[in-house]
Amino acid sequence: MTLLPHLAALQVVIPLLAAPICIMLRRPGLAWGFATLVSLTDFVISLGLLWQVQTDGPFSYAIGNWAAPWGIEYRVDALAAYMLVIISAMGAAVMLFARRSIEAEIEHARIYLFYTCYLLCLTGLLGMVITGDAFNLFVFLEISALSSYAMIALGRGRRALTAAYHYLILGTVGATFYVIGVGLVYSLTGTLNMADLSRLLPQAAGYRTLEVALAFITVGVALKLALFPLHKWLPDAYSYAPSVVSAFLASTATKVALYVLIRLFFTVFGASYLTEGIPVAEVLLVTAIAAMFSGSAVAIWQADLKRSLAYSSVAQIGYMVLGVALISAAGMAAGLLHLFNHALMKACLFLALGAVFYRLKSVNIRDMEGIARQMPLTMGAFVVGGLSLIGVPLTAGFISKWYLMLASFQDGRWWLAVLIVLSSLLAVVYVWRVVEAAYLRPRPHGAPAVREAPMSLLAPLWGLALANIWFGLDTSYSYGAAQWAAEALFRAGGLL
Amino acid sequence: MMHRHPILRAVSKLLIAPIMLFALYVQFHGDYGPGGGFQAGVILAVAFILYALMFGVETARRVAPMWMLRFLTAFGVLLYGGTGVVGILLGGAFLDYNVLAADPKAGQHIGILLVEGGVGITVASVMIVLFFTFAGRK
Repeated sequence: MTLLPHLAALQVVIPLLAAPICIMLRRPGLAWGFATLVSLTDFVISLGLLWQVQTDGPFSYAIGNWAAPWGIEYRVDALAAYMLVIISAMGAAVMLFARRSIEAEIEHARIYLFYTCYLLCLTGLLGMVITGDAFNLFVFLEISALSSYAMIALGRGRRALTAAYHYLILGTVGATFYVIGVGLVYSLTGTLNMADLSRLLPQAAGYRTLEVALAFITVGVALKLALFPLHKWLPDAYSYAPSVVSAFLASTATKVALYVLIRLFFTVFGASYLTEGIPVAEVLLVTAIAAMFSGSAVAIWQADLKRSLAYSSVAQIGYMVLGVALISAAGMAAGLLHLFNHALMKACLFLALGAVFYRLKSVNIRDMEGIARQMPLTMGAFVVGGLSLIGVPLTAGFISKWYLMLASFQDGRWWLAVLIVLSSLLAVVYVWRVVEAAYLRPRPHGAPAVREAPMSLLAPLWGLALANIWFGLDTSYSYGAAQWAAEALFRAGGLL
Repeated sequence: MMHRHPILRAVSKLLIAPIMLFALYVQFHGDYGPGGGFQAGVILAVAFILYALMFGVETARRVAPMWMLRFLTAFGVLLYGGTGVVGILLGGAFLDYNVLAADPKAGQHIGILLVEGGVGITVASVMIVLFFTFAGRK
């Protein structure tokens, strides 16, 4: 018996079953070790799936041996494999960092519950990517959402509860809109399987029901994606959640929502419907540009740096959506590449703030004045992540913005490239003010002396910082995979 | 607290056992008629909640201690997922019940029984935990 044909199922089943085992383990150290082991295993499995798709092409897995479209199938193609690798890699990186940071930020008696919620959230995110069934996607969406509300609420302070509640309400609205859209599509076609839907939907083109379904799904997923102006839940949720949770959600959850949007637009509805039917691409383009500017502009004025990074995430989501809204293989590849690079930089930045919080018990910019002399390695990693966020050459952020600009030129919309550069200048401002405070200002009088963060926090943090540089120098894996996924998606849709 | 209500106490004492029995009926008859793990779990939890209402939450907590409920909550999920994994180990797909017995029909029967058992255990214990949590708030 070999497990190789079952990798697709195991990818989701292993963290799902690890979650209840975590409840039984109870001890914080044990739960952490187990959750880390599971995350690393999942990362290896996702690499295995990527390798399988690269050698043999896309494949399906019938759950319970019930053939699609009657049963639920897991579908692994280039795009899904690319996303699975990103999510599980970020999960593993964040878990390696988590032990001491979580001990400092979450009540001792609740730590095992955090690891349980984390594993459930990982299950949901991976499941959303791998499933080939539109309703099954909704189930996984709820698994990941409910567990992330709980993880946010675990943050210290009462504000975490209101932030989680706020996210719960808006997240539920988003999920409900999605399921209403799926219901309308089901009423037209009588199927929930994505491949089956993409075959049957062209016959339904022209029905008003289909347009309403597309609108519901787009708005619902855009809420989960925190696309401007539906982003109001995100800043609170990221700033009051424990640092590890902010890092994990910022580098995975919104990315998966973007994946869902891409999957439904390009695989289920088909790109031609988007360009000929209601002007979804134009709406997305405008909101993406608004997000790029408003997110970065608001980020400049935040004293709480986690909040500043959260607003910066709103802006960065704009870049990714911009790439998708170009409806070209080059734009899609650039958007997907930025998705990967942004996961690297935001995880690096949030974890750097997690290390600062571990010593300083604050991430307010005024408390961090002069901190770089006492925590040079932590702030060094923050600067690397910040440079990547701006898009300075030799970092990962430069590569994806470069390809975004190339895709805009290819499309004949040179003004988009200008807007990308202008909004990046705003990023210079909000990264520079941290550098100025931490490096150039003296430590305030009476401020407690702090030491450098412990090795167990620094090692994963610098791993991510170096990844930001590595993927800025060698793009053969990152851009190669993004381009391959984008082209496979367009070829499957008959557009290439 | 409920010493003033001898009739309610006597009637609920009479009812609790049949409620539990009915839960088991809904659980095991789920393959043939309406019902299944979710409904059975809720009905079973109702028996405990009625007991807690009549005889006090503290007494009920001694009958169903928190550590046991927490274990059962996790165990039900494991039973469901574990059944799926056994399917893989016996050479089928995940949640493929056909391979659980020599005869595929018997396999389907065993599979759905185990999976619904997991659902029933988790639903019942989660319902009781929810009730205890809210009832325990001062």
